[in-house]
Amino acid sequence: MDKFTTLTGVAAPLPMVNVDTDMIIPKQFLKTIKRSGLGKNLFDEMRYDQKGNEIPDFVLNQPAYRNAEILVGGENFGCGSSREHAPWALLDFGIRCVIAPSFADIFFNNCFKNGILPITLPQEQVDILMDDARKGANARMTVDLENQTITTSDGQTIGFEVDPFRKHCLLNGLDDIGLTLEKVAAIDAFEARAATLRPWV
Amino acid sequence: MTAPKTLYDKIWDDHLVDQADDGTCLLYIDRHLVHEVTSPQAFEGLRMTERKVRAPEKTIAVPDHNVPTTPDRASGVIENEDSRIQLEALDKNARDFGLNYYPVNDIRQGIVHIIGPEQGWTLPGMTIVCGDSHTATHGAFGALAHGIGTSEVEHVLATQTLIQSKSKNMKVEITGSLPPGVTAKDITLSVIGRTGTAGGTGHVIEYCGQAIRELSMEGRMTVCNMAIEGGARAGLIAPDEKTFEYIKGRPHAPKGAAWETALAWWKTLKSDEGAHWDKVVSFDASEIAPVVTWGTSPEDVLPITGTVPAPEDFTGGKVEAARRSLEYMGLEPGTRLQDIEIDTVFIGSCTNGRIEDLRAAAAVLKGKKIKDGIRAMVVPGSGLVRAQAEKEGLSDIFIEAGFEWRMAGCSMCLAMNPDQLAPGERCAATSNRNFEGRQGRGGRTHLMSPAMAAAAALTGRLTDVRELM
Ligand code: SF4
Repeated sequence: MDKFTTLTGVAAPLPMVNVDTDMIIPKQFLKTIKRSGLGKNLFDEMRYDQKGNEIPDFVLNQPAYRNAEILVGGENFGCGSSREHAPWALLDFGIRCVIAPSFADIFFNNCFKNGILPITLPQEQVDILMDDARKGANARMTVDLENQTITTSDGQTIGFEVDPFRKHCLLNGLDDIGLTLEKVAAIDAFEARAATLRPWV
Repeated sequence: MTAPKTLYDKIWDDHLVDQADDGTCLLYIDRHLVHEVTSPQAFEGLRMTERKVRAPEKTIAVPDHNVPTTPDRASGVIENEDSRIQLEALDKNARDFGLNYYPVNDIRQGIVHIIGPEQGWTLPGMTIVCGDSHTATHGAFGALAHGIGTSEVEHVLATQTLIQSKSKNMKVEITGSLPPGVTAKDITLSVIGRTGTAGGTGHVIEYCGQAIRELSMEGRMTVCNMAIEGGARAGLIAPDEKTFEYIKGRPHAPKGAAWETALAWWKTLKSDEGAHWDKVVSFDASEIAPVVTWGTSPEDVLPITGTVPAPEDFTGGKVEAARRSLEYMGLEPGTRLQDIEIDTVFIGSCTNGRIEDLRAAAAVLKGKKIKDGIRAMVVPGSGLVRAQAEKEGLSDIFIEAGFEWRMAGCSMCLAMNPDQLAPGERCAATSNRNFEGRQGRGGRTHLMSPAMAAAAALTGRLTDVRELM
C-alpha cells in the first residue's frame, strides 16, 4: 500500500447526499480480476450517457477537475454494497482523499485498506471546502495527515480527527496483513488450543 | 460466576485470538467461503507478496455468481469474456492453493450459501466469512457468519483471522405460530418492514420465539439470509434438535466420538437467561401476512392485500425516496397490489433456492399452467437440490406448468450472467434485493416467498396465495 503523508491537489466538488457504491462503480464492472483499471468507469452512469459519450456537466468531465485528487462530497458517502471496487475505482482515477460530513461504515474502512484517506468534518466546514473546490483548477488544497490539517487555496486551515492506529498505518504504508502476521504466535497458540477442544472444526 | 452472555458473546469470546489496547480484536475464522467475484484480487495480492493460504482445508471455493444456468452449460463456452476470465481465475486459484473446490460441472456446485450447509461445512458455534453480504445465511445454525470485503478476503486467506470490533446485541422475537400460507420469507421481510434497512445497523441479531423454533432449517436460513437487508452485521438462531438432525451424516459433519463431543458443546450454544440486549423487537406471528415489496428497498414491504402507497404517506427523506421508487417501479399510488401485472417469475437464490422452497412452489403449481406470455424460471440453489427435486417429481410439475428448469447458480438474483430483466420488465422474485437495476438495467423487482411467486406465475399478477389454497 502506498504511503499517505501530504497531498496537494485539485479538489472536485460533488454536493450530493447518499452517493452509493453502485453509483461509484456499477455492477457491470465487477467482473474484473484486477484492482487496477477501474478509474475510467468511476461514476460510470453519471459520467457517460447510454452511448458511452461523456456528459459534459459531470464534475470529473470538466477540464478543471480531470486530474482531481481530492473529492468533497455530501452526507452518507459510500453507502450500499460492500464492493471494494468502489475505493479501487477512486484510487485508479487518482483520488486519494474524500472529505464528507459522514460516511457509510464499510466504505470508510475499505478506504483505509487501500491508502485513501476519508475525512469526516462538520457540515459547515465541508461547506467551506466545497466552496473552495468550486473555484476550479487554481484552487489546490493541501491535506497534511501528520499534522491533521487541510489548507484551502486561500490559506485557511481546518483541523480533522483520525484514528491514531489508522493514521500510523497510512503514514507508513502498512497493510493489515503484515501487522497481523506479527501476531502469528498467538494464532498458532489459538489453533493448537482449538485442535484439542474442537478437533472436528 | 461470569455474567450472562448472549450466543453472539459466546461465539465471539471463543474465537478471540488477540485484543489490542485500543480494543481492536483479532478473531479466528473457522470457515472461509470463496466465490469468483470478490476473490481474484485477493489471490493476486497473495501472489504479489508471496504469501500462502494459511488453512486451505478450512477454505471452500465455488463458482456461482457468473455461471450460466442453461442446461447446455457443461458443453457450452461462456460468451461473456469477462465472466469467463473470472471463472477461470477461480479455477486456477482453487487448484494452485489447494482449496476444497466444487467446479461448475460437479453436482455439488451451487450458490455458496447453499452448499456450505449442504456439505456440512457450516456447523454451530463456528465463525464463517465470505466475500458476500448474504453470508448471514449460515447464522441459522448458530454460527457467527458475515460478509467481508476483498482486502479482508486476502487477510483471512493469509492469516485465518479477521480484525474486528464487536457489534451490539439485538433480539428479534416472533411469538406464536405462523398462519397458513405465511412463510419464513414473510417473517424476514416483515421484520425489515418494521425495523427499516438501517434498523439492525451495528448489531448482530438473534432471532428467537416459537415461530422461529417451528421453522425448518431451510426456513431459518431464509430468515437469517436477509439479516443484512435489515442493516445487521449478522443474524443468528440458536441450534436445537432440528439443527443437529439436519447436520448429522453430512459429508463434512463430525462422525463417531467427535459427533458426541461436538453435540455436547453445541447444546450449550444459547443465550443465557438475563443476558443483556441493546435492542429488542418482538411481535406475534399472527400479525404476519403474505407480503410483497412495492418499491426499490427491501423495507418497502406490504401485505398482499394492501395498496401502493403515496409519497405523502411517508416522512423525512423517505418522501423523496418513495417518489423515486414509484417512478422507477412504474406504479400509481392507490393501485391494489393484487392488480399489478407481472412479466417474469424468478424462483431461486440463496434466500429461496432450497428443496423446501421448490416443494412450496410446486405445491401451488401442481397440475396447473402458468398464464400465457409469462416468462418463468426455477434456478435450484445447488446441483444436489436440483437432483433431489427431480427425484421427487418437482421438476416435472414445474416443466408441465411452463417453467424453465435451470442449472444451479445465482442467476437472475443479481443478473451478472445472461439471466436478466429487460428495461421495464416486471418480475415476481424470491431473491433478496429489489434495488434499481439489480436484476437488469430498468428491471422492476417485487420480492416475495416461493409460494407467492408461483401464485403470481399462474395468474400473471401479484396474487394472494391463500386464495389458491
Ligand atoms: S443468490 Fe444472490 S444474494 Fe445470494 S449469493 Fe448469489 S447473488 Fe448474492
